[in-house]
Amino acid sequence: MSFITYLINGISLGSVYAIIALGYTMVYGIAKMLNFAHGDIIMVGGFTVFTIVTTLGLPPALGILAAVIICTVLGLVIEKIAYRPLRKAASPLAVLITAIGVSYLLQNMALLIFGANTKSFTSVVNFSGLKLADGRINITGETIVTILSCIIIMAGLTFFINKTKAGQAMLAVSEDKGAAQLMGINVNGTIALTFAIGSALAAIAGVLLCSAYPSLTPYTGAMPGIKAFVAAVFGGIGSVPGAMIGGILLGVIEIFSRAYISSQMADAIVFGVLIIVLLVKPTGILGRNIQEKV
Amino acid sequence: MKKFNKIFGVVLASCMTLSLLAGCGGDNNTKENQSGESQNTGSQDDTQNADNQTAGGEGVFKIGGIGPITGNNAVYGQAVQNAMQIAIDEINEAGGVNGYTFEMNFQDDESDPEKSVNAYNNLKDWGMQLLVGTVTSGPCVAVAAETNTDNMFQLTPSGSSVECVEHPNAFRVCFSDPNQGFGAAKYIGENSLGNKVAIIYDSSSIYSSGIYTKFTEEAANQNFEIVSAEAFTADNATDFSVQLQKAKDAGADLVFLPIYYTEASLILTQANQMGYEPTFVGCDGLDGILAVENFDLALAEDVILLTPFAADATDDLTVSFVTKYQEKHGDIPNQFAADAYDAVYIVKAAIEKSGATPDMSVSDLCEAIKGAMTEISVNGLTGEAITWTEDGEPNKAPRAVVIKDGAYVAM
Repeated sequence: MSFITYLINGISLGSVYAIIALGYTMVYGIAKMLNFAHGDIIMVGGFTVFTIVTTLGLPPALGILAAVIICTVLGLVIEKIAYRPLRKAASPLAVLITAIGVSYLLQNMALLIFGANTKSFTSVVNFSGLKLADGRINITGETIVTILSCIIIMAGLTFFINKTKAGQAMLAVSEDKGAAQLMGINVNGTIALTFAIGSALAAIAGVLLCSAYPSLTPYTGAMPGIKAFVAAVFGGIGSVPGAMIGGILLGVIEIFSRAYISSQMADAIVFGVLIIVLLVKPTGILGRNIQEKV
Repeated sequence: MKKFNKIFGVVLASCMTLSLLAGCGGDNNTKENQSGESQNTGSQDDTQNADNQTAGGEGVFKIGGIGPITGNNAVYGQAVQNAMQIAIDEINEAGGVNGYTFEMNFQDDESDPEKSVNAYNNLKDWGMQLLVGTVTSGPCVAVAAETNTDNMFQLTPSGSSVECVEHPNAFRVCFSDPNQGFGAAKYIGENSLGNKVAIIYDSSSIYSSGIYTKFTEEAANQNFEIVSAEAFTADNATDFSVQLQKAKDAGADLVFLPIYYTEASLILTQANQMGYEPTFVGCDGLDGILAVENFDLALAEDVILLTPFAADATDDLTVSFVTKYQEKHGDIPNQFAADAYDAVYIVKAAIEKSGATPDMSVSDLCEAIKGAMTEISVNGLTGEAITWTEDGEPNKAPRAVVIKDGAYVAM
């Protein structure tokens, strides 16, 4: 019975990783850069909801909406100010270092505004969840909402990329930036759109993460950000379904190794599995699937 | 190149001359040499060095304090800072100690050992003569190594790991981790709080694993059994579903949490989400859980803390302290505040006993207070007639409190 509980918890944790990993993988696929500030946008999303729902006492739906808008704008601003001017820089390292800088900037700004004290996040999920098999299996409302959101986002994103013009433009830019420009595609606009979508997803991930694990500090996004980055590499960076599979696998492996091997060694095992996967398949699980590249 | 050599030569020569001058200054003028004093330690001119450090006091003992004012453990540091200030103000208003007054400077270390040592060095520049701190164990061990080198008297209100007081110049107000683990197991056994006990501890924290080890040792002698013991690490401190599920599957009716309040608040929330309602018992690290912003206090109902201080106790000392603290800072003081308040009075008692004066050198002051520490007996907030052994450990009776309606109540 507890096996099923562990599995569901693993999928739930993995779903959060997957949603964050989508942001990493889309940005990498299209701009060929690692946006290390992505994890901290999650934290900004969390604090936005906290401010609106807990401090101002407004309804959670409004908080989520505001978080999505603020994070999207933040993503666009970061792209415009910090990354775009460096896109033609001689070394690709320049933009990577900038991303790390932006990450610290966001953390320290949050530290300045909200202080470092841990805040307890009020879950935005209202129903109490399901009890199956005489209460031996307990699925929380947060778990259900997280997994459902993950499925909806995945389906929506696949539809967007394959069936809309903007999505097709993304595919084209990720294939060949120069050729796409020659075909009349607005490359800068497409990259900005990718950042906007990635940041909006980060806001949703932030809400889900803080609802399931209700503690909020300026460093809340850091560790999940790194794990999601691993998930993106795991699944094959640049691939949307890869990020999804990588994220969920990572979550399940993490919970299972904690449950059945050792609760202290969970991280070591997760990263050990990553190394083995990369040794066997250096591009990640779905890394070679060029058609799905975004 | 020739030109460069010439310039280099001149610079080198002037450097040497300057250092020579500085050396002379040190011999004649005590004040000029202060910046170099830390490099001199251990050299043959110890007595001279001691003379150099007396500059600070004109009838004032300069007490340094270090603790987390920001960061994860901020609740502790703020409580210590506030309570120390209250105690110092009280003492100064009442005429000081042997006619001298106390002056305090409190520095933030964010509970980080490196930052804590930096804070210590800042305080030395300020002219600190003795240290009340640091607040958390990890930084305390790092700073204790420094105070030992400088032979500065150190009294930590709440640094509970064994190594905090391993040097002869360091003492503490609270119980050590092993003593807490030992006391907790004994308390649970003697009061029959539970039959099947699960433990969730932080294996990356010296504080938590220290308590855990001693707890399991003592549990063997008690009438309960440990059915599950699960660890987590600092990088993995958000998801506790597995640890809780294992405790639940093992049928634990009591979960022992020798951890800090940030993680404990998450554990309480997640246990509630999964519908698991054992008795939760924690040590002093849980103190502060009521101050987590927006935390649902109903979740902390009936949580038991083994802590030597209950704010609702009715003795005169507690009542007067709690009233003053509430007037000044608006909230009810926790155990850390009580430890810190006691710490200042312990320093006062030791100084009175030894007859130390502010014009003594840091090292002489340390020797004097150290000698007096084993002779004094202090009635404080955290215990009656507390005495100290030479290895820096306090002797006092353990106490417990339980959380009722969002407040600590003595058991």
